[in-house]
Amino acid sequence: MGEMEQLRKEAESLKDEITAARKAVQDLTLQDHVAGTAVVGRVQLKTRKTLRGHLSKIYAVHWGDSKLCVSASQDGKLIVWDSYTTNKVHAIPLKSSWVMTCAYAPSGNMVACGGLDNMCSIYNLKGKDGNVKVMRELAAHTGYLSCCRFLNDNEIITSSGDCTCVLWDIETGSQKTVFAGHLGDCMSLGVAPDFNTFISGACDFTAKLWDIRDGQCRQTFGGHESDINAIGFFPNGNAVITGSDDASCKLYDLRSDQELITYQDSGIMCGVTSLAPSLSGRLILAGYDDFNCNIWDSLKAERVGVLSGHDNRVSCIGVTPDGMACCTGSWDSFLKIWN
Amino acid sequence: MSGSSNIVAMKKIVQQLRFEANINRVKVSQAAAELQQFCIQNALQDPLLTGVSSSTNPFRTQKVCSFL
Repeated sequence: MGEMEQLRKEAESLKDEITAARKAVQDLTLQDHVAGTAVVGRVQLKTRKTLRGHLSKIYAVHWGDSKLCVSASQDGKLIVWDSYTTNKVHAIPLKSSWVMTCAYAPSGNMVACGGLDNMCSIYNLKGKDGNVKVMRELAAHTGYLSCCRFLNDNEIITSSGDCTCVLWDIETGSQKTVFAGHLGDCMSLGVAPDFNTFISGACDFTAKLWDIRDGQCRQTFGGHESDINAIGFFPNGNAVITGSDDASCKLYDLRSDQELITYQDSGIMCGVTSLAPSLSGRLILAGYDDFNCNIWDSLKAERVGVLSGHDNRVSCIGVTPDGMACCTGSWDSFLKIWN
Repeated sequence: MSGSSNIVAMKKIVQQLRFEANINRVKVSQAAAELQQFCIQNALQDPLLTGVSSSTNPFRTQKVCSFL
């Protein structure tokens, strides 16, 4: 038997081993466990604010704290909003208008964005003369930048259409670690609440959990039947939620290493573009291609609410750190704040 | 040569699968219990779940009263 053939057989046998090991700990399903729990009551959120100002499709939004958020639009602007007053704190013109993602640093000092320029551009919001300038351009990806998230003011993680994720040193502009392993474009990433690991969702239909410091892929989760567009951690850091073009969201538990539940409905036939859990994790808000956002009871897998109000695809969603509201961004050029 | 680079790539895949096969797995009953427990413990502090009263809602425009 040739070496390649032998390796293929070994890979198949290891995959079977993983499947068996997952089954071996499946003494109960999540559905069994929560059978006695009631579904949460109907959740009816209202639009409290509409953030108007972008001139084209909004592709991303990210909360900095519970008041300020940054949004990115293909009108070539990043706008930092005071969501309480709807005022624009900063309107940052971009070199490349083909932006696909944006991020706010936890410190509030910087924002980042990137897209079809294959770069992640870092902007300093607290420059001495008050002007917002490009601080660093992180270039090395050979594909589009799909998502980025700051760890701190000097480290940021990016995901790319080149199938890798990268941890960057912002000061030197260099790649500290390259996380390779996905077999398709990486579309989204999420950082764990303890900042030790991150998760990536890709067009190979899998989600991967990575150790930030040693670069190791620790776990891989399959089951989706199409591209994973959105990913996020359950608030306790022990589970991962994914949203896919296959019209479903899934919850994967990290400690038992398996999918516990799927959020789908025969009436929903369009892709999931974005998702965010509520503060307790009991609600999952997911944006879809059909212009709506569905609210799911995460434990009972039932739809308990809908946010309708956008006139085009909901492309991004985020819940404030204090859990007080969620923000949806759409191709209709508006952001809406709901609670 | 593409032949040997395929073998190198395949070896990496096998190595990664071996690593993933060897992790410790907790029973689903325990994992499910902890997820549910977290939801219950934090339910009252989850404003989207409990609802936000207008007086404490930072996104609700306050009606201002003034003495004329």
